[in-house]
Amino acid sequence: MLSIVLSGLIISCLLVPFGKFFRSKWSLSLAVLPLALFTYFAGQIPYISKGNTIIESYQWVPSLSINFDFSLNGLSLLFSLLITGIGSIIFIYASSYLKGHIYQDRFLGYSCLFMSAMLGVVLSDNILLLFVFWELTSISSFFLIGFNNDNSESRKSAITALSITGLGGFFLLAGLILMSQVAGTYSIGKLVESSQLIIDHQYYPIIIALVFIGAFTKSAQFPFHFWLPGAMKAPTPVSAYLHSATMVKAGIFLLARFTPVLGGTDAWSWTLMIVGGFTMIYAAFHSLFRTDLKGVLAYSTISALGILTFLIGMGSEEALIAACTFIVVHALYKATLFLVTGIIDHETGTRDLTQLSGLRAVLAPVFIAGLLAALSSAGLPLSIGFIGKDLIYEATLHADPTMSMYLTAAAIVTNICLVAAGFMAGIRPFTGKLNPAYEKVHLPHATMWVPPLILAVLGFILGFFPGILGKYVVSAVLNGMTGMPAAVDLKIWHGFNLVLMLSIGTLAAGAFLYFLNKPNTGSLKILERFNRLSPQAVFGNISGLFVSFSERYTNLFHNGFLRSYLFKIIVFAEILLLYELLIGGPIYIDYDQLSPVTFYEAVNVFILIGALIMTVTTSSRLTAVVGTSVIGYAICLMFVFYSAPDLAITQFTIDTLTVVLFVFVLFNLPSFLNFSSNNKATVVRDAFVAISFGAILSIIAIKVLQVPTTIDISDYYGKYAYELGKGKNVVNVILVDFRGFDTMFEIVVLSIAALGVYSLLKLRLKSSEKE
Amino acid sequence: MLPILLLFSAFLLLRGHYHPGGGFVGGLVASIAFVLHSFAYGTDNTMKLLWYKPLTLIPIGLIIASAAMFAPVLFGLPVMTGLWFDQPIPVIGMIGSALFFDLGVYLVVIGVVLTILFTISLYTH
Repeated sequence: MLSIVLSGLIISCLLVPFGKFFRSKWSLSLAVLPLALFTYFAGQIPYISKGNTIIESYQWVPSLSINFDFSLNGLSLLFSLLITGIGSIIFIYASSYLKGHIYQDRFLGYSCLFMSAMLGVVLSDNILLLFVFWELTSISSFFLIGFNNDNSESRKSAITALSITGLGGFFLLAGLILMSQVAGTYSIGKLVESSQLIIDHQYYPIIIALVFIGAFTKSAQFPFHFWLPGAMKAPTPVSAYLHSATMVKAGIFLLARFTPVLGGTDAWSWTLMIVGGFTMIYAAFHSLFRTDLKGVLAYSTISALGILTFLIGMGSEEALIAACTFIVVHALYKATLFLVTGIIDHETGTRDLTQLSGLRAVLAPVFIAGLLAALSSAGLPLSIGFIGKDLIYEATLHADPTMSMYLTAAAIVTNICLVAAGFMAGIRPFTGKLNPAYEKVHLPHATMWVPPLILAVLGFILGFFPGILGKYVVSAVLNGMTGMPAAVDLKIWHGFNLVLMLSIGTLAAGAFLYFLNKPNTGSLKILERFNRLSPQAVFGNISGLFVSFSERYTNLFHNGFLRSYLFKIIVFAEILLLYELLIGGPIYIDYDQLSPVTFYEAVNVFILIGALIMTVTTSSRLTAVVGTSVIGYAICLMFVFYSAPDLAITQFTIDTLTVVLFVFVLFNLPSFLNFSSNNKATVVRDAFVAISFGAILSIIAIKVLQVPTTIDISDYYGKYAYELGKGKNVVNVILVDFRGFDTMFEIVVLSIAALGVYSLLKLRLKSSEKE
Repeated sequence: MLPILLLFSAFLLLRGHYHPGGGFVGGLVASIAFVLHSFAYGTDNTMKLLWYKPLTLIPIGLIIASAAMFAPVLFGLPVMTGLWFDQPIPVIGMIGSALFFDLGVYLVVIGVVLTILFTISLYTH
């Protein structure tokens, strides 16, 4: 199974060298990958539907217990089929939709990466592995949303999506780790067994809060929903794949996967029902006002995700069956509608509902697909949507008697709005008189309109024979979620009962609403007046604050002046050192231990002081440089006096070369920079900082004498330098032999410095040459 | 002056193991030699004198030093074990992998210093 998950990743890497190949008419060949995976998973259906689970495990980072643990149970199988099945359709569709686009190979690469990551999320058994793939889906989604990278709106939406889902991922990680600490394992299978332990633990509320944030951000629940309409800036295949059928369902998957672990308590159920319920009504209401086709679809997707959250929250067996079925239902019709929208957009150039009409004359098969999908979303009998709606009503009606009325009412309201929205997206552009502007529109290539037709028809086939779905797929999913064997029997006709009445009633009311509601920009504007209160505005303000804060911080601390960097570093070091010295105790100088001062040393020190005074008080740069080098030579002499000849020669030569370097650089500094000797306050400040720094270092040096030293190491080096290193010069033997690795890295660092100087100056020259 | 200084730098390199000297100082003295030459005759002439650009000396030196480090691995010994020829050569003394390591350091130092100095002098007028 590892190869299955990673196959997408590997193929996406292949696209780097072979990109040109895939941009041509061979782009269709890439669809082989998801098709192959789909057949593999379909082949697993019989085995899994009996309630078995396939588990595979590979070592990765054993010390951190992050292993490639994969488990394929009913829930994973359902999602895998969705991912690979819809993936194949999208790949086929995209090969024509993006034909001629210069980045088509990148698109396919990102999509392969995404498919890989999504499969990893649903198949992994290790929660840290799940998190890795979770973040990978966010990242590939970022690339796919921002695919039209010359459009600033696209880029902004991509960043918004990434930050929200990334933030959610962060909280999710915290929740997962906390959960694993409580239960003592990283494997989801074992977490299921310790479920009671986790539920009773005091961290339980925190855990579910964190996991919820992760799921809600990914699945666009209120108040984290606003990234999804923005993500509609992506090309249509992306919207169909990621933002309706798979990635946004990842949050739902997470909730479903962890239901056996964390579910069943009041906190879990109520939070999910409230958040899901509010989201579904809010989003359904909003979808009616949109004038952009994709906007309608985005909000209805958010609403559908709300319904799913709501159902998982309810937690009864019927609710879970409804949720599983609805996942399939929604994926089928939503993907179809998105693909239809894509075709309309591709051929007419617009997605504005106020302008599109009468397209059935020119895009007939597309109309059929759109009609079928809209009817499925509305819940027309004999479509799979009907089964889905029925199950939802059954679940809400059979819930706790005190609540069932409110729950059912919420479901009804949502569904009415969704019916209208579905019709708006799938039927409205095709009805009415053909807008003269679109008379020239023609049917696109077969690979573009056949896929949505396939999906739409599939919706009705499964609607005719719901038993297939029920027996093979939903039972397995239910088994995976509740851990108990289940046999789900989906039928079309349950008898003439309340559920049927509600379904028909919803359909009628929705249709009525559809005819009543003509999308126009006026009502949209009224709604947009509330934008200032929306979560999107809040998010925008917070991120604006971040940006302005970092601007101010950067301008303060990284203002580009070398002297200010030096100043800040030295002052900070001084404060730290001073603190340590003050608490370290008094200084004690043992005058007997100091070696006597000879005449030569005294003269040397006077020379040093003289050079110092000259350096600090002169106003000529050249003199200052010469003065500094004299100070350097004086220090060299001290080394000679104290018999460290290697150090002395090295210091001597370096000093000389530094003077040469300074002189070269001096000739190129701008001439208007003066020493700060003009500004008295700056001089005093700099003098104070410099003198105190020197004083602190001297005190440290004296303090070092107080500490008893062990000279074992010098004895060792002294003894073995000749025996082992065959050299009498201990210093050199240490450099090239005992501490050879250090020397190696030093010369590497020197090389890097030289490369830096070279490339900086050469680049500067090149850019000025261009001007 | 140039030949004498270069000879001096080689001398410093080779006596490193027994007397003050070694790779670093040798390299620095050699760089000073070239820099003095460039003062007298101009940087362009000095560059003509060098067979390679100073920048190429750096990887050559790094390769020699790394080879000295990893050569013992060919004999099955841990990295950086000292390998020595049995008999000392007159004047230079014992020859071993440490000497080649020092040679690598020597070349790198020359390369680095000359790169920095000559780049600044050549590219900033």
